Amino acid sequence: MRTFIGIDLGSTTTKAVLMDENGAVLGRGITNSRSDYDTACAVAKMEALVNTRFTLFRQNLTDEGEDKVGAVLAALERKFRLVQFLDQLNDLEETCLRNASGTRFAGAYGESLRDAVRQLFFQLRADAGKLFESGAERKSDFFRDIAGSRFMHFGDPVAKAAGIPFDALLSLYDKSIIEVENRPPSGDMKGKFLSALDHLAGQHQFNGDLHQMDEPIRKALDISIEETGIVGTGYGRVRLPFAKEFIRSEILCHGLGAHLMYPKTRTVLDIGGQDTKSIQVDGAGIVENFQMNDRCAAGCGRYLGYIADEMNIGLHELGPIATQASKVVRINSTCTVFAGAELRDRLALGEKRENILAGLHRAIILRAMSLVSRSGGIKDEFTFTGGVAKNEAAVRELRKLVKENYGDITININPNSIFTGALGAAEFARRRLVN
Amino acid sequence: MSAKEAVKEPSMLKQKEMIARNYDLLTSTKENGRKVCSTYVPGNLNELLMCFGFLNNLPEINAIQNGMRKLSGDYIMEAEKLGHSEDVCTYVKADIGMMGKGNIAPNGKPLPAPDVLLLSYTGCFTFMKWFELLREQYKCPTLMLHVPYTANGCITDNMRDYVVRQLKEEIIPKLEEISGTRFDIDRLREYLRNSAEAEDDLVWVLEQGKRKPSPIDAYFGAVYYIGPIFTAFRGTQDAVDYYRMLRAEIAERVAQGQGPLTPEGTDVTHQKYRVVTEGPPNWTHFREFWKMFYDEGAVVVASTYTKVGGLYDYDNFRHDPDRPLESLAEYCLGCYTNRNMPTRIDIIERYIREYDADGLLINSIKSCNSFSAGQLVIMREVETRTGKPAAFIESDLVDPRYFSAANIKNRMESYFQMIDQKRKGAAVSALPVTSRGASARHSVATA
Amino acid sequence: MVVTAEIVARCQEVFEDLNFTAARQWKASKAGRKVIGFMPVYIPRELIHAAGMLPLGILGGGDSLEVIHGDAYYQSYICRIPRSTVELGVTGRLDFVDGMLFPFVCDVIRNLSGLWKILFPNVYTHFFDTPQNYRADVGGEYYRRELLELKKDFEELAGREITDDDLRSSIRAYNENRQLVEEVYSFRAHQPWKAPATEVYLLMRAGMVLPVEEHTQLMRDYLAAAEQENRPMRDKTRVVITGSFCEQPPLDLIKSIEIAGCHVVDDDYMLVNRWLKGSVATDGDPIANLAKAFLEQSVETSCKYVEVEQRKGKFLVDCVRERRAEGVIFAAPSFCDPALLDRPMLQHRLAENNIPYIAFKYAENSGQMQPIREQAGTFADSIKLWSEP
Repeated sequence: MRTFIGIDLGSTTTKAVLMDENGAVLGRGITNSRSDYDTACAVAKMEALVNTRFTLFRQNLTDEGEDKVGAVLAALERKFRLVQFLDQLNDLEETCLRNASGTRFAGAYGESLRDAVRQLFFQLRADAGKLFESGAERKSDFFRDIAGSRFMHFGDPVAKAAGIPFDALLSLYDKSIIEVENRPPSGDMKGKFLSALDHLAGQHQFNGDLHQMDEPIRKALDISIEETGIVGTGYGRVRLPFAKEFIRSEILCHGLGAHLMYPKTRTVLDIGGQDTKSIQVDGAGIVENFQMNDRCAAGCGRYLGYIADEMNIGLHELGPIATQASKVVRINSTCTVFAGAELRDRLALGEKRENILAGLHRAIILRAMSLVSRSGGIKDEFTFTGGVAKNEAAVRELRKLVKENYGDITININPNSIFTGALGAAEFARRRLVN
Repeated sequence: MSAKEAVKEPSMLKQKEMIARNYDLLTSTKENGRKVCSTYVPGNLNELLMCFGFLNNLPEINAIQNGMRKLSGDYIMEAEKLGHSEDVCTYVKADIGMMGKGNIAPNGKPLPAPDVLLLSYTGCFTFMKWFELLREQYKCPTLMLHVPYTANGCITDNMRDYVVRQLKEEIIPKLEEISGTRFDIDRLREYLRNSAEAEDDLVWVLEQGKRKPSPIDAYFGAVYYIGPIFTAFRGTQDAVDYYRMLRAEIAERVAQGQGPLTPEGTDVTHQKYRVVTEGPPNWTHFREFWKMFYDEGAVVVASTYTKVGGLYDYDNFRHDPDRPLESLAEYCLGCYTNRNMPTRIDIIERYIREYDADGLLINSIKSCNSFSAGQLVIMREVETRTGKPAAFIESDLVDPRYFSAANIKNRMESYFQMIDQKRKGAAVSALPVTSRGASARHSVATA
Repeated sequence: MVVTAEIVARCQEVFEDLNFTAARQWKASKAGRKVIGFMPVYIPRELIHAAGMLPLGILGGGDSLEVIHGDAYYQSYICRIPRSTVELGVTGRLDFVDGMLFPFVCDVIRNLSGLWKILFPNVYTHFFDTPQNYRADVGGEYYRRELLELKKDFEELAGREITDDDLRSSIRAYNENRQLVEEVYSFRAHQPWKAPATEVYLLMRAGMVLPVEEHTQLMRDYLAAAEQENRPMRDKTRVVITGSFCEQPPLDLIKSIEIAGCHVVDDDYMLVNRWLKGSVATDGDPIANLAKAFLEQSVETSCKYVEVEQRKGKFLVDCVRERRAEGVIFAAPSFCDPALLDRPMLQHRLAENNIPYIAFKYAENSGQMQPIREQAGTFADSIKLWSEP
C-alpha cells in the first residue's frame, strides 16, 4: 500500500507519522533525538512503521470482540518491545565488551571488567521480561532511558562483586550507549514480530484467542508498506539525507498539522522544550504569520525543567502540585535563570510551594502569550501543542489568560499534539504526489 | 563558506579604492598635514567639511569595517571590560574597543586623534553619547548640531531655521577657527552641485529594482553603491564619476536582462522572491546572510537602510546650490532614522507597491533602538495595508554573539515557503471552477 | 493634625491606581475639563495648567501591571516602560486622556510618539523636543517657538485662549510646587530618618496625578507632620541614586535600598517635578521666561547634551557634595540607552572625586530584591568601614 511519512527532528525528540494516500493516519513513532540525525530519523520511522503494523492488525481483526483484540494486541506489543529491547541489549553488551578490550579500559582493569560486563548483562536480560509485563510502569519508553536506569540499578553491586570501581563501568556504559544509539536500527521487523507471536503463543492465557487471530495477524504482517513519499522537518532537518524538495520548515508543518487535527483552528501555540512558536493559519492550513522565540528559555519547556530541578521534583509532578494552589503568587522574573532565585525568595518569605508553582506556571504562559500577541493575537479556534500542553496547571493558566484577554475562544488540546509537525510533514508528502 | 575572494564588479572595486584612499589620507596626516573631523553618516555634512579642507572620519564606517573583518567581537568585549553595558549600541563599543587597541584602520595603520568632532545629532540618540565618550578621550573641540526629529512627518520652519542658525552661528565659525580656513559659500555651492548630480544617478540606480528581473540587490549589493555618497565623497568629482560609472554598469545589466552579481560570481537572474527589507544588515556575517537570500532565489528590490545617510527618492530631495545652508538642514532632517514612524511605514508600503514585492523582511537589530523600537508595529501595519506577508528576524550590527545562522535561516525558509504556499493557494483559486476538482467552491451550474 | 501615615496612605492609593481615578474625578467634576498625559522628563507643565487642563504624568505600569498586549509592540531587548504604557493605552485605562505629550528622552520614547498616533489617531499626540543647543538666540529661539506651537495646540484643544497672565499664574503655581519639592528633599537630606525614601517617593508620585495646588498643600502637610513625628535617628550611609529618571523601579526596590542600610539623600526618580532648579521669572514674557529657564536652570540628565567636557558629571558631583552624600548608586533600567551610555563617564567623574559608587539594573517589574539588598548593603557597609573620616 502507498504511504506517506513525515519526520520531525526536534531538539529533544524525533517524531514520525505515517498516513495512507487518503490522509488517514496509520502510525506514529517517537524516539529521543541523538547526534546522528540519520539514525534518529530511521528509528522514528521504524517506530511509526511498527505502530502502523498494529493498526493493520487491528483492521484485520474487526470480526473479533474489541476486548479480546485489545488484550491480545497489547500483549503482542509488549512481547515485540521485549524482543526489540533484548536485541538492543545484545548490541550494547557486544559494544561494551569491545570497548572494554580497548587500551583505555583493558589496561586499567583487564579481564575483570569484561567479566563484570557479562555478569551485568546476564542480570539485565533476566530482568528485562518484567519490564514489559502488563501493568509495568516506566518513566520512559526510550531504550536509552530504560537501559540506563536498569544499568544504574544493577551496576553497583556487580562492580563491587567484581572488585572494580563503579565509575569504570559507568564510563564504559556512557561510551558504548552513544555508539549503540547512533547505529541505524537493524532490519528484520517481520522476524521480530514472528518471534513475538511465538513468545505469546507460549503463554496459555491467550491460547484460544490467539489461535483464531493468528492468521489475520500473519496476513496483516504480509501487507507490503510502500514508503511512497517522505518529508522531513524540524530543527535538524538540514542534516537529513533528503533533497531540498522534501524538506519543509517546521512552522509550515506545524501549522498544517494543527489544521488537519482541527480544521477550524486559526491560531496555534507550540511550547516546545527549547523554543516556542506562535502560528496563524488560514482556512486551508496555510501559514499567514508566525513568531518564534528561539533564543530565550523563558516561555519554553526548559523553564519548567529548570524549576523542577530547583525544587528537586520530577517534571511530571509540577503540574499536579500546582493545581492544588489556593492563590497564584506573582512571579516577575522574565528570565529563567532568575526564576529559581525568585522561587527561593518566596519560599523564604513563607509562600506555599503549590502557590509559587502556580505563579511560575502563569509566568511561562505569560511569556508565551506575549509571543502570540506579537504574531497577531488569538483567533478562534486556538490550538495548544507541545509538551507543556500536557501540564494541567499550565493549561489552567492559559485558559484564564485567553478568557481575560480574548474572550470566549475554543481551545484545542490533543494528547497526540507532539506529532503535529510530523503530521503536517506527512501531509505535505502526500499532497506532493497525490495532487 | 569558502574563504576565497569575493567576485566584484568594476564599480565595487572603484568604491573600494575610494574608501581605501580616504583611509590612507587619514592615517598619514603627519605627512599631509590635513586636519581630521569625525562625524556621522546620518547628517554627514561632507560638502561643508570639504570647504575647510577637513578629512572626513566616520566612526560608524570604522565599526562596519571592523565587523566585516571579524575584529569587532574582541573590541566589544574590550569595551565591556571597561564598564560599558551589554545593552548598548555595539558600534559604540566596537569603536571604544578599537581605540583601546591602537585605533588601527583597515590599512593597518593607526588613525589619528580627531581635530574636531562634528556631533551631527540626527536620527539617533546614541550619537550624542558616543561623541561625549570620544570627547572624554580626546579632549578635542566638539560641535553639537542638533537636528530635530520630524515628529509630524514634515519639516517645519522652526526646525529648518534652528539648524541653519546653528550652522551659521556655531558650526561654521568653529570650523573656520579650527581649520584656519575662511568659509566660502560659493565653494559649498559647487560641491552641492556635484552632490545633486550624483544623487540623480544614485536614485536612478536604486529605482532599477522595479524591473523584472531586478538588476540590483538593493540591500547587500547596494551597501557598496551607497558607500561613496554616504561617506567622504559626496560633493566630490570622484563621486560624480563613480555614480555615472555605476549607472552605466547597471544599464548594461538591464540591457542584458541580468540579475545582481553575488560574491560567488553568480547572477541571480532567476528571482523567485522579490523582497523589501527594513533595518540595517548584519556586518559580522554579511556574506553568510546574503547567501541565505540568493540561495533561495530571493532578491531585495528596495531597502530602507540605503536611505539612512540620506533619503533621495521618497520626496525627491536634492542638495540645492541655490539654498546651500537650507538644503544642508533639509538633508539632515530628511535622513531615514529621523523620520517619524508613520512616514517610515508609508515609505515601506510604497516600496512594496512600486517595486512589486512579495513581502517585507525586517532585520531587527538588538542594539539599535532607533531602528528597532516599533518595528513590530511597522510589520503589522505594512501587512495590513499591503496584504503581503512580513518576516521578522533578529540579529545585531557588529556583535557576532547575536547572529545565529540556524535561527535566521529557519525563519527565512519558513517565510519563503509561506510565500510559496500563498502563491499556490492563489493559483488554485484563480483557476476556473471546473478544473478545481473536489473544491468546496465548486458551484452548481444554474439552469 | 494629620500624621505622615495618612498622607502616605493617600499618596499610595493614588500611586497604585492604574485607572487614575483621581484624575478621572477631577475631569468629571466640571464640564469641559481636559487631561493631558505626558511621559518624563522635560515637560512644561505650566503650559498645560495655563490652559486649564490637568497634566497627568504617565510613568509606565509599574510592577502590578501584567503586560500582555504591550509585548506585541516591542522586542525583548527594549525596556519595559513603553510596553506597559501601550498596555495602559490599549486596555482603556487612558480613555479619558485628551492628549499625550512625549518629550525627548530617547529613541524608544521618540518612536513611541509615532506609534501612539497610529494606535490612537483621535487623540492629540505631540512629540515635544528640547534643544541641545543652549544659546539664547539659537536653542532658546527654537524652544520659544516650540512652546508657542504647543500653546496654540492647547488653545485649540482646551477651546480657550491662554493669556500671558494665565501663564504667569501657572508659573507661580509651579514655582511654589518646585519650592516645596526642594524643601522636602532638603528636609530629607538633613534628617533622612524623618522622611523615608518610599514616603518621599510616593509623595512625589502623587504630584503626577493630583492638581498642582493640591499637591503643593500635601507636601506642606507632610513636612509639618514629618517634623513632628518621633522617628528614631539612624546612622545609615548617605547615598544619591541616579539613572532612574524614566522607567521607575518597583517600590520594593526603593524600600530594599533603605533596609539594606542606606539613607537616600537625593535621587532622580521624579525629575518630572524638579527638572528646573529655582524659580521661573514671573514678570515679562512668560514664554520667553520658560525658554530662558530651560536653557539656564534645567538639571543635567542623560538625555541632555553637556556642552563643555569639564562640566560633564558636575551636576552629580555637586549634588553629592550639597547633600553630603557618601556614595552614589547607579540604578538604571535594563536596556536604557541614556542611563547606561552615560554611566561610564559619570563613574569616571566620581572616581576623580573619590566618591564611591555601585551600579545595577532593574526593570519596573523586577521581582527579586535579594541581590539589591546584598549589593546596597555591602556598599553601605564598605563605606562605613573603609572610607576616610
